Amino acid sequence: MNDSTARKGIGLDVLTLGVFLSVLVLISLFLTAKTQDPLMRVHAVILLGAFLLGVTALFMRAASGLDFDQTRYEEGIIKAGVVATVFWGLVGFLVGVIIASQLAFPNIMYNPDFGWFNFGRLRPVHTSAVIFAFGGNALMVTSFYVVQRTCHARLAGGVWAWFVFWGYQLFIVLAATGYVSGITQSKEYAEPEWYIDIWLTIIWVSYLLVFLATLWKRKIKHIYVANWFYLAFIVTVAMLHIINNLSIPIGLTEHKSYSLFSGVQDAMTQWWYGHNAVGFFLTAGFLGMMYYFVPKRAERPVYSYRLSIVHFWSLIFIYIWAGPHHLHYTALPMWAQTLGMTFSIALWMPSWGGMINGLMTLSGAWDKLRTDPVMRMLVVSVAFYGMSTFEGPVMSIRAVNSLSHYTDWTIGHVHSGALGWVAYVSFGAIYCLVPWVWKRKRLYSNDLVEWHFWISTIGIVFYITSMWVSGIMQGLMWRAYNSFGFLEYSFVETVEAMHPYYIIRMTGGILFLIGALIMAYNLWRTARGDVRKGENVPDMAPLPIAIPAVG
Amino acid sequence: MKFKHEIFEKNSLLLTLGILVVVSIGGIVEIAPLFYLSSTIEKVDGMRPYTPLELTGRNVYIREGCYLCHSQMIRPLRDEAERYGHYSLAAESMYDHPFQWGSKRTGPDLARVGGKYSDAWHQAHLIHPQAVVPESVMPPYRFLKDNILDGRTIEADLKTNRIVGVPYTDGQISAAKSDLSTQVDEYADDFDGFMARYPGANVRDFDGDPEHLTEMDALIAYLQMLGTLVDFSTYEADAEENLR
Amino acid sequence: MDYDDVAKFAQTWGLVYFAVLFALVLLYALWPGNQKNFDEAANIPLNDGPLENGEDQ
Repeated sequence: MNDSTARKGIGLDVLTLGVFLSVLVLISLFLTAKTQDPLMRVHAVILLGAFLLGVTALFMRAASGLDFDQTRYEEGIIKAGVVATVFWGLVGFLVGVIIASQLAFPNIMYNPDFGWFNFGRLRPVHTSAVIFAFGGNALMVTSFYVVQRTCHARLAGGVWAWFVFWGYQLFIVLAATGYVSGITQSKEYAEPEWYIDIWLTIIWVSYLLVFLATLWKRKIKHIYVANWFYLAFIVTVAMLHIINNLSIPIGLTEHKSYSLFSGVQDAMTQWWYGHNAVGFFLTAGFLGMMYYFVPKRAERPVYSYRLSIVHFWSLIFIYIWAGPHHLHYTALPMWAQTLGMTFSIALWMPSWGGMINGLMTLSGAWDKLRTDPVMRMLVVSVAFYGMSTFEGPVMSIRAVNSLSHYTDWTIGHVHSGALGWVAYVSFGAIYCLVPWVWKRKRLYSNDLVEWHFWISTIGIVFYITSMWVSGIMQGLMWRAYNSFGFLEYSFVETVEAMHPYYIIRMTGGILFLIGALIMAYNLWRTARGDVRKGENVPDMAPLPIAIPAVG
Repeated sequence: MKFKHEIFEKNSLLLTLGILVVVSIGGIVEIAPLFYLSSTIEKVDGMRPYTPLELTGRNVYIREGCYLCHSQMIRPLRDEAERYGHYSLAAESMYDHPFQWGSKRTGPDLARVGGKYSDAWHQAHLIHPQAVVPESVMPPYRFLKDNILDGRTIEADLKTNRIVGVPYTDGQISAAKSDLSTQVDEYADDFDGFMARYPGANVRDFDGDPEHLTEMDALIAYLQMLGTLVDFSTYEADAEENLR
Repeated sequence: MDYDDVAKFAQTWGLVYFAVLFALVLLYALWPGNQKNFDEAANIPLNDGPLENGEDQ
C-alpha cells in the first residue's frame, strides 16, 4: 500500500506552507531574543523548535520528490489522528484521576513549595486535555475520514492538512505547559493566553479551508448530513473562539493580557462561549460522528434523513441562545436569564429528536447490541446523550438551578455527557477506524472491548451517582436552617460531608482510565495485525482505499 | 460537468453562510444589548480601580486558578445573604477584566471576604490551609511568600487596563511602580499621594514580612478589599434605576 | 432603549422570526419532491465504491 507518486516540481501546497513556516521561524526567533518575560521565553523556544522541525520535515518532503496519490483516500493522517486521540485521551483521564484524588486526599497530593501541580493549575489541564486534545483530535480525525468517504474525494490541501494536525498538537502542548507554569486568562475552557489563541485561530481557519475544499472536490451531489454537523462545529467554534478571546496584551513580548470586556458583559460573553463549546464542540461535532459511524457500523441508513435535517437546523439555532442559564440569579439582567432558560428547555426537543434518530437506526438489527460490543458502545453513547440532554434542561430551570448551581451536581452532569456521550461515541468510532485504516479484518479482541465497556460503564455510574448525591446534599446543606432560624451548617461542614463521595468519584475515574488502557492495548495489537486466539468473530468486509472514478 | 461542479461549491458556501447567520443571532441579541442598555449596571458610590498591589494580587488569584473553586457572585437568596452578605451587584465587577464570578463552590464564595479575617489568618491559611481548617481540601500556597514582586510590568498592566476601559489616571499610571511598595508601608514618603489616588485603600504590611514585597502581600491585599468598595448606606436596591 | 422595548420586540418579531424559520426547515424536509434525494443521501455512508482489483486488503 503506497500512498505516494512521483512529483513533478514542487507543489503549490509545499511552497506556500514553506514560506509561511519560514515567516513563523523568524517571528519566534524575534520573540525568543526580545522577550523579558521568563514564561513567554519558554513558549518562544517551544515555538521556535516546532517551526524549525516543520521546515525541516517540509524540506525533506520536497527533496524526496514524492507527491500524494490523488486516486486514493488520505489515510496517513487518519492513523496519526487515531494515535493522537488515544494518547491525549489517556493523558486527560489520568490528570482527571489526579485532581479527583487531590480533592479526596488533599494532605498527600500537594507540594507546598511549588504550585505547578496544585488543583487550580491542573484542572484546566484536565478539561483542555479531554475536551480539546482528546475530543478535538477525535473530531478532527473522524471529520477528515468522513468527509473523504462521503464525498468520494481525497482530503484537499496536501501538506496543509498535516499542518492542521501538527499545529493543533502544538496548540495543546502550549496550552498545557502554560497552565502548569501559570499562563492563563481564567476563562473556563478558553484559558490559553492571547498568542496561543492567535495560533489556534490560524489552525482553525486552515482546518475550515481543508474541510471546505474537500467538499468542493466532491463527486457526490448531496452533502451528507454528518458533514453539515462537522461544518457547523468548525464554523461556530471559530466565531466563539475569536469573540470570547478578544483581549489586549500588555506587550507583544509578554504573555499577560486583559480581556476586552469586563464584569457582566465579560460573564455573558464567556458563558455564551462556554455553553456553545458544549453545544458545538461536544455536541454538533460528535453528532456528525454519530450520523456516520452508527449507520456504517449497523450497515443500514439512518432512521430518518428528514428528521436529521430538522434536527440539524433546530439544534444549532436553539443551542446558541442557551448560555445565560450558567448565570441564573447572578448580576446578569433578568431578561437575559429568562431568555437563556426558555431556549435551554426548548433544546430538549431537538436533542431527543437526534437521539431517537440515532437509536432507531438500529431497528431491525437490534441483535447487534448483543453480538457487537462496538455497536453497543455507540448505542449506549447515544442513550447517555439522551440522558444528559434531559438533565440539562431540567438544571436550567431557575428554581432547580438555585439548588444545583455551584455544586457537584453540575460536575456530574458534565461527566454524564463527557464520559457517557463524547468519550463513548469516540471510542466506538476509533474501534471502527483502526481495523479500517490499518487494513485488518477484525479487532485483536472483541472480549477486551467487552471488558472495556463494562469496566468504564461501572466507572461512569460511580462517577455520576456520587456527584448527584454530593451535589444535591451540598445544595441542601447550604440552605438548611435550624429550629432557631439560623443557618444549620458552616461551609466547612459541607466540605467534610463531601469526602466519601469524592473517594467514590475518584474510584469511578480510575475504572474509566483502566477501561481506556485496555482499549489502547487492544488497538495497538490490532494495528500490529494480531488476532487473539479462541475468539469466534466474523471478519469484516474490506473497504476500498481507491477513490471511485465516478460518484 | 464543470457547470454542475460550480453549483456544488456554491452550495457548501451557502451552507456555511446559513450556519453563520443562524448561530450569530443568539449572541447578538443576548450580548450586544448589555453594552448599551443603561439598566445593565447599577449606579453606586465607592467603586474605584484596583491599586497596583491589588491588581497584582488579582493576577496571582487568576494564575493559581482560585476561581475554579471559589465564586465571587453572591446570589439574592436568603441563605447566601446570611452566609456571605449583600448580594453582588453588576457594578462591583465593572472594572474586572476578566470577571471572576466563578462557577463552582468547592470552597466558599469570596465576593465579600474582605475584612472578614485578619491578615495573620490569611497568611496561616494560605501557607497550610489544613492547619487552620482541618477539613479543607485547598492546596497550600507557601511559595507565594518566596516570590518577590519587582513590578516589571505594572505600568503596562495599568495602561492596558485603561485601554480596555478602566479609568486609571496618568498620575496613577506613572506612580504605579512606587505605589506597589507604598501600599505595604504606612510610613512611606508618598503615603498621602497614594491615599489620594486610591481613597480608602488598606495600607499595611500584609504578609507578616516587612522586609520583602511578595506575591503573598499582593494576594492578601486583594482578598482584604474584595466586596468592601460599594457604599451600601447610599445604595437603594428598590430604586427604579436599579431594578433589572 | 430599555428593557420594555427589548421585551416587546422579542415577543413579537422574535416569535415571528422563529416560526418562519422553523416552517421553512419543515417545508424543506417534508417537501415530497425531496424524498428521492434524501433516500440517496442517507445511503452515502454505505457506499464506499467498488474495491480495486488486486488491491491489498
